[in-house]
Amino acid sequence: MHFKARAGRALADETLQANLHKFGTGGLAALRARGVAEYGPQAFEQLRDAAAATRDRGLENLEVLIERFEREATSRGATVLYAQDGAEVRELVLEICRRHGLKKAVKSKSMLTEEATLNDALAANDVEPVETDLGEYIIQLANEPPSHIIAPAVHKSKDEVSDLFVKFHGTERKTEIPALTREAREVLRGRFLAADLGISGANFLIAETGSGAIVTNEGNGRMVTTLPRVHVSITGIEKVIPTLEDFATLLRVLTRSATGQPISNYVSIFTGPKGRDDGDGPEHMYFILVDNGRTSLVGGDMQEMLRCIRCGACMNHCPVYKTVGGHSYGWVYPGPMGSVLTPSYVGLEKALDLPHAATLCNQCGVVCPVRIPLPDLLRKLREKQVDRRLRPASERLGLRAWAWVAQRPRLYALGTRFAARYLRMLGGGQRMITHLPLGKGWTLGREMPAPQGRTFRELYAARAKDS
Amino acid sequence: MRVGLFVTCLVDLMRPSIGFAALELLEKAGCEVVVPPTQTCCGQPGYNSGDSRAARLLARKVLDEFEGCDFVVVPSGSCSGMIRTHYPDLVRDDRGLADRVARLAAKTYELTDFLANVARLVTMPGRFEGTVTYHDSCAGLREMGVKAQPRALLARMQGVRLEEMGECEQCCGFGGTFSIKFGDVSTAIADRKCGNIEASGAQAVVLGDLGCMLNIEGRLRRRGNTTTRVLHVAEVLAGQDGRMD
Repeated sequence: MHFKARAGRALADETLQANLHKFGTGGLAALRARGVAEYGPQAFEQLRDAAAATRDRGLENLEVLIERFEREATSRGATVLYAQDGAEVRELVLEICRRHGLKKAVKSKSMLTEEATLNDALAANDVEPVETDLGEYIIQLANEPPSHIIAPAVHKSKDEVSDLFVKFHGTERKTEIPALTREAREVLRGRFLAADLGISGANFLIAETGSGAIVTNEGNGRMVTTLPRVHVSITGIEKVIPTLEDFATLLRVLTRSATGQPISNYVSIFTGPKGRDDGDGPEHMYFILVDNGRTSLVGGDMQEMLRCIRCGACMNHCPVYKTVGGHSYGWVYPGPMGSVLTPSYVGLEKALDLPHAATLCNQCGVVCPVRIPLPDLLRKLREKQVDRRLRPASERLGLRAWAWVAQRPRLYALGTRFAARYLRMLGGGQRMITHLPLGKGWTLGREMPAPQGRTFRELYAARAKDS
Repeated sequence: MRVGLFVTCLVDLMRPSIGFAALELLEKAGCEVVVPPTQTCCGQPGYNSGDSRAARLLARKVLDEFEGCDFVVVPSGSCSGMIRTHYPDLVRDDRGLADRVARLAAKTYELTDFLANVARLVTMPGRFEGTVTYHDSCAGLREMGVKAQPRALLARMQGVRLEEMGECEQCCGFGGTFSIKFGDVSTAIADRKCGNIEASGAQAVVLGDLGCMLNIEGRLRRRGNTTTRVLHVAEVLAGQDGRMD
């Protein structure tokens, strides 16, 4: 199903609309605004510059950095593996499960495992995956994909969560958020203690120390990466950055852009398995670096997209996302960054309407912590569609015809003269057109104000003649 | 000061009163205004739809028509933004054209920006009694830096009271062909804008882009709001009432 159909369904869903309205009115955008104000708007712009430059430096030396990361991580006892695509991720993780006899997995938030549809593969092979991020846990119960990259259950109301907990926990219905959170915590505590496999993502991989870093607010990530006897951290190859210093720069901009926080409640850096003198930690630690389309962007006109640090600010500020929610975008990543990533990773022809599902308002571009020019990238994808003749013939011809006429001023003057009168007539006494020919999409929900009746060029010529 | 007025295709077709208001304001500011008669469209529809070849042809045409002027002034944030920020991108690979386009881009202004910061118009010819709220159009605000200029000009008019709406910098949902391709989503976004406009209690919403104008007025009327007026800032400043006959 395409964006258009999904978005239509989202608009008709009253509960979802109420939840989205709440998100869109205060939500994460308001928190970011506060965080930026506290930091100082000008200083924050400098921070964005620094963060973008840091990411570019990393991406320009990606191969070297990945090698360095592998060397450092390996020397500290971790195993570094590579996956070309989602299928290889699934195979590698299942192989790790077989090797160590793992049956119970706890997961902290990882969008990459969504790309790889890892949970289904684990369940089909008798490894039970349990999501431990509260939002992820909620949508796992609901059997839904995340609708936001950092607030996966943002489309759910408190009442919907209460219903899910009653159904799956068999407990008395709770209505207050602290009580609901406590209940999830109690259920999850047992899961953590029973798990033999911890699966996490990584916000960044740090080349100089061979470490992974995760940024969370719930603390579940730290338990996932330390309690079970095997830890697997899965992330995209573009997440490798040179130094811990770079991590500090990116961390400052990441949390503020995401939730307005100066720093998240937990920042965890994990380096290798449990050492001889360590009190805790996994016995075995693996990193899986995933390509899944990323190298196709390196060195090309979409490379800027690889700077993305997954803060969610673009969707928090997107009028379209706030109106139709994340599930409308159809794949793992929603909002503006998703509309760029999905066609890039899944295929231009498989997500034809996503690059068009934006008003190009640039509210995303001005908040992006690493200055990704998202509207420009969407426009480039539109160009690629035209180049590859993926747009409908009617649209192609319409645009060509418009440009052809617009280059012929006399013909153009004649055409607009006619159009101004015809549309004026359609507008009637109210001067509003209720059914626009060729513009049903417009007049289903709006009037089209009628033209004044004569074109500017006619009136201007007449005026010049009079004087 | 020889100013070329780029009327824009939408103003030409839909609401010539805006073009005449702009003309009057520029003349009041002491500019010699020329209106190249062959002008049509800046090429934005093609550009935003991925047809950069068509957009390049029209950019070339605008360049030929306007490069002889000292300034190019446009009563639209998105069309002026097209010339200033996107034309240079379009011709980047054409060395001969790139320099000429860069010069054109540098002297292209959105109307209120030009009136406030270049021509420094102090006394507005128009009269307006009442409360207005200002909608910041996306391209005007984020491409052309238009925010304080229209408000400053309105503040120089006696009788105009500005009441800011909530989320005034939020997109109205127009987005060019987006408004037709995804009419329902576009309408829902416009609805939110209309709610904010109504909540401000203003008698008129004033703005600087015709796309937003058609979208917002169209949605207000369909919602049953027949009283909130939708006016281009040039119309208010020049004292045009938005009707030509």
